[in-house]
Amino acid sequence: MSEALNIIKDETLTYRQELIALARLGESTDDTVRYSDAYYEAKKKGALCDLNEGVMPYRPRYICPDYDLLFEKGCAFLGIEPPTDLLEAVNALEIFYAHVPSITTYPVYLGDLDSLLTPFVEKEDPAFAKKVLKLFLLQIDKVLTDSFVHFDIGPEDNPTARMFLELTEEMQLAVPNITLKYDPERTSDEFALACIRCMLKTAKPSFANHRMFVKEWGEDYAIASCYNGLKKAGGGFTLPRMRLYECSLDAKDADDFLERVLPAYIDLQLEYMDKRVKFIVEESTFFKNNFLSTEGFVKQENFTGMFGIVGLAECCNNLLGITDKKKGFGLNKEATQLGVKIMDAIEKRVSEHEAPYCDAFDHRYRLHAQVGIDTDGMQDSPGTRIPIGVEPTMLEQLEVNEIFHKYFPTGTGDIFKFEETYIRTPEAILPIIKGSLANGLRYFSGYLENNDVVRVTGYLVKKSEIEKLNQRKQSLNNVTVFGKGAQDGAHALDRRIQKHGD
Amino acid sequence: MATKAPINKIISFSNVDGPGNRTSVFFQGCHFNCLFCHNPETINLCIDCGICMAKCPAGAISRDEENRITWDREKCVNCDTCIQVCPHNSSPKIQWMTPEGVMQEIRRSAPYISGITCSGGECTIWYEFMLELFQKVKAIGKTCLIDSNGSFDFEKDPRILEYCDGVMLDVKAADPEWDRKLTGAERDIVIKNLHYLLSADKLYEVRTLIFPDRDQENEETVRYVAETIGDRCFYKIIRYRPFGVREENRKILGEFTTDEQYAEKYAQLARDLGSSKAYVV
Repeated sequence: MSEALNIIKDETLTYRQELIALARLGESTDDTVRYSDAYYEAKKKGALCDLNEGVMPYRPRYICPDYDLLFEKGCAFLGIEPPTDLLEAVNALEIFYAHVPSITTYPVYLGDLDSLLTPFVEKEDPAFAKKVLKLFLLQIDKVLTDSFVHFDIGPEDNPTARMFLELTEEMQLAVPNITLKYDPERTSDEFALACIRCMLKTAKPSFANHRMFVKEWGEDYAIASCYNGLKKAGGGFTLPRMRLYECSLDAKDADDFLERVLPAYIDLQLEYMDKRVKFIVEESTFFKNNFLSTEGFVKQENFTGMFGIVGLAECCNNLLGITDKKKGFGLNKEATQLGVKIMDAIEKRVSEHEAPYCDAFDHRYRLHAQVGIDTDGMQDSPGTRIPIGVEPTMLEQLEVNEIFHKYFPTGTGDIFKFEETYIRTPEAILPIIKGSLANGLRYFSGYLENNDVVRVTGYLVKKSEIEKLNQRKQSLNNVTVFGKGAQDGAHALDRRIQKHGD
Repeated sequence: MATKAPINKIISFSNVDGPGNRTSVFFQGCHFNCLFCHNPETINLCIDCGICMAKCPAGAISRDEENRITWDREKCVNCDTCIQVCPHNSSPKIQWMTPEGVMQEIRRSAPYISGITCSGGECTIWYEFMLELFQKVKAIGKTCLIDSNGSFDFEKDPRILEYCDGVMLDVKAADPEWDRKLTGAERDIVIKNLHYLLSADKLYEVRTLIFPDRDQENEETVRYVAETIGDRCFYKIIRYRPFGVREENRKILGEFTTDEQYAEKYAQLARDLGSSKAYVV
């Protein structure tokens, strides 16, 4: 059977999923964008990975439109007038979302929806406003069928955010993902606790370190997709990743890795990124013709390339000859310290590279701790995380995270699974979040052990939807299949449970 | 010589030992011997008999120069064989620590916690140690709670209450006979503490265990506590769980966990009597 026929005959795929798969297959038939032989060799070995981004990038990977501009000026191409009430506002967004591309074909950033909608919500009867928002969320879940669809709330408490939290809890949907931009001085404890309650019941929102992001990005930043920090009216061109464990297999020892192997792979990934960024800007029509660009909803200079890594833990363990993960990275000072050396080296070399077209970033790419993909198996843990199954106490896990989160302005995070008793004690989680963000944690996610909606590596799935795939039935959410792969191959849902007695 | 106390374990994050996220310090030793105790290995101090040493599969237990039993945390595989074979309701996995030693661990968790809770065993046995520890914890701005069986006379020596934000007090039985059977001790001091701590505004929570099919005893205790505390502190109604309870005692108390609805009935009774902060765990 041909690959196309395989897709068409796969009974677990919805029509839309078939269409996306066929489009990818079509794209893969071209070889216009060529890289060096060394790059292809590294890719073949699994040391570098393009995340199946496709051989011909015809749009940036992640796009974060300026929705304030939409509400201020409307959109000429789509014939949208600036909204005057809540129904018009929601309608404008729904229309607009259908035309925001991304690697997933769905918009990965829906806006800071509370601040966008509050002026309209305030003018309506609360019960009516809530009904409108409920239908809005339902529309998103059923039409933008992909868990990388994401919106942000906060830092301040507001009635719109509260309605979203109540509805999220009530509706129990995997889409969209939500982030609270948490600032200890602007986010009240009451609001944070409401978010924690919602997080325990629905695995969202996650908590972003607002001050840290503002320092790096300015106030106009977005959290998109899993946990990706990006500039509003901008985004991410591309996201390839170094699979550090596979990279480390070429090295004699840690010194050899740091001096010879690592710089060579970094340079290959940079070469790959440069070529793709140039192609997107110079060859594809996105920045020239797409209304998002021509009407100013995105600006090309606000895009950067995301330099991804995975598998730091396994890389360090391999270089130090550690075979028992329980005595490795995150639980062993020497291994963790080697991780710091490696990250320092990656950060330095990437920051020395002059990147094309990243004007708002001083022509530099920014690092990203990639969360892994369904086919990674047990070889490469997400980003700099401690491997699933050997996590130490939550305190020790946080301490390790705090060392590494600073390296990744375009995103990193860790996920904590809580025992059932925590549903009664959200106030036991707030000091943990506050303390860890104050100590340099970038992004905190949590969920309760027996939820249906759970966070896999960065994205959300419903366990009941994974079960559908196990039974060879279709799942509407494009991401469920990743959740199934991550659970089957890497036991991604079997992370340590924070409970009393540990 | 510095004050030292036998520490059974320190849990960096706990959500069930008082408000917020807390570091819990478990002391070794208790002069009650409750039938339902689910961690009987915390009751007595080790007498260096060496029975566990022979049974440890990891070779983590040995004798020091003074012929005393010592435990090697690095070698230990946490199989708990030592605890199971101990005929003396004790554990070799005890560390004699100074308040400063405990404080070092608390400083590490300090950024993430609301405060600490001293528990056990029975922490008030180590009163002077705890007093020293609480002063240090207060100095870094965290709260201090005591989880106690109520055997220490707080009225007689209230010094620690100056640093303590509240006591979580077990009131196991209102009926003296039933209490003697359950705890092997006299309950008068517990009841005295209940009233004294309430009057001193230092009672954070009272706990009562609800046993399956013990209608009369359960009701009498809940009624007494609820009428005494009203809405002035939390009232935690705990379901009896056979897990960890010694086999001979399970024969008396039962092999089954108290039914949730059965326990909820007593929480409702407490609330009806004005103890509005009563809840079941």
